[in-house]
Amino acid sequence: MSHPVSVADLHFAYPDGRQALSGVTFSVGKGERLAVLGPNGAGKTTLALHLNGLLRAARGTIRIGDLEVTDDNLVEIRRRVGLVFQDPDDQLFMPTVAEDVAFGPANLGLEGDELEGRVDEALAAVEATNLRQRVPHHLSGGEKRRASLATVLAMDPGVLVFDEPASGLDPAGRRELMETLVGLPVTQVLITHDLPLALELCPRSVILDEGRVSADGPTAGLLGDDELLARHRLEMPYRLDGRKSGR
Amino acid sequence: MGAGHAHALYVHEHSAVHRLAPEAKLAAALSFIAAVAVTPREAVWAFGLYALVLALVLAAARVPPRFLFLRLLGILPFVAFAFLIPFVATGDRVEVLGIEVSGEGLWGAWNILAKATLGAATSIGLAATTEVPKLIEGLGALKVPAVLVSIAAFMIRYLELIAEELGRMRMAMAARGYDPHWLGQVKPIAAAAGAMFVRSYERGERVHSAMLARGYSGVMPVLRPAGAGWFDWLLAMTLPLTGVVIAAVALVVT
Repeated sequence: MSHPVSVADLHFAYPDGRQALSGVTFSVGKGERLAVLGPNGAGKTTLALHLNGLLRAARGTIRIGDLEVTDDNLVEIRRRVGLVFQDPDDQLFMPTVAEDVAFGPANLGLEGDELEGRVDEALAAVEATNLRQRVPHHLSGGEKRRASLATVLAMDPGVLVFDEPASGLDPAGRRELMETLVGLPVTQVLITHDLPLALELCPRSVILDEGRVSADGPTAGLLGDDELLARHRLEMPYRLDGRKSGR
Repeated sequence: MGAGHAHALYVHEHSAVHRLAPEAKLAAALSFIAAVAVTPREAVWAFGLYALVLALVLAAARVPPRFLFLRLLGILPFVAFAFLIPFVATGDRVEVLGIEVSGEGLWGAWNILAKATLGAATSIGLAATTEVPKLIEGLGALKVPAVLVSIAAFMIRYLELIAEELGRMRMAMAARGYDPHWLGQVKPIAAAAGAMFVRSYERGERVHSAMLARGYSGVMPVLRPAGAGWFDWLLAMTLPLTGVVIAAVALVVT
């Protein structure tokens, strides 16, 4: 059986010559929630953009289920992989939340009642039905985050990729987001340097540094290895250490 | 600014004017302004009638007179030069309050002042009764080219964001003791403007990526709720129809 996401020997360099990814290999199982951890500049966002076909591999392959990411099947890839951007203001651009949520499925050709149904379902899934007619600019941080998640859920993806999902959220907003993610029955890839978030949500993690996967295993194990973390400029906040909290 | 309603130009009410379909209101406002614009300036009575009709509509929309007046002040810079015309224009001289001015110039000033005020008041009425997303929707329904509608929508969506960013940048500059008083100190402002441009450009790229990620293929999908019914059109068009009748009479009798 093919994995929902499998990345093999992925290389990518930006036009200015900076090598962002140099041989990334990992896969994600069906229904799994995987954390991709790494310091700033490790290539995390670059990797996220590849999973949805926004950046194209210089070398190596990415498969989403049985489909390889190529120019010919971008539409299907983008339907299968929902990408939630770090800054919701980049994601929410339509005059109202409802129109923004409708944007993706409308691009897939849905219209009329079917489109309305998708919008309703997606908003309900993130408990944002009340935000329907609101103007995105005037939402709170947590509301924006839920609205951007709804815009992606409306495309009915099998895989969700989050780039720093909890950045800019207050503790309550962060808690709500985590509850929402746990309740979503899809394969999830969380790209983050927020180790407590990874520990709480993802049984397995990979550490990405200097464009390579340098560790892949159970999250609690990786986060318990102080030396490994230090080598990759990662740190658990005081008292939130995996062993100390008894997980 | 409140979380619910978006714009300082909007008056939150539940009048019949608010409920009208945006495309009907847009078309009505535009045709009313056109009728005002073609009216001969000598037909002073016609402008009085326009003002009366418009005042009735604005009253029905429950737009507070004070709100209207304050917003109208916005046209002052544009009409300021109208007051100069009587002094600089040539032609027959007439005496007003002991000052000799050009008669032709007086008519010119009146023409600009009356039409600008009525036009602005109409637009204020439109904006006061129609939320921004609805206006955008109305433009689409009126078959304004989709590219132009999208540009307007994006501009409105990101303008406030950019203004906020600029505000933060200015505060950060002030926090480090920047207090410009003379021209030689404008360099940081130019640098900030440059940084703003680059940031906005980069945001544009990120927004475009986010759109591509959701299957955008270069054409905005058509998301159109039920269009305006005949009743909306009929009700909205009473304003410009009245305007057209007044304009026609004015053209004939003048």
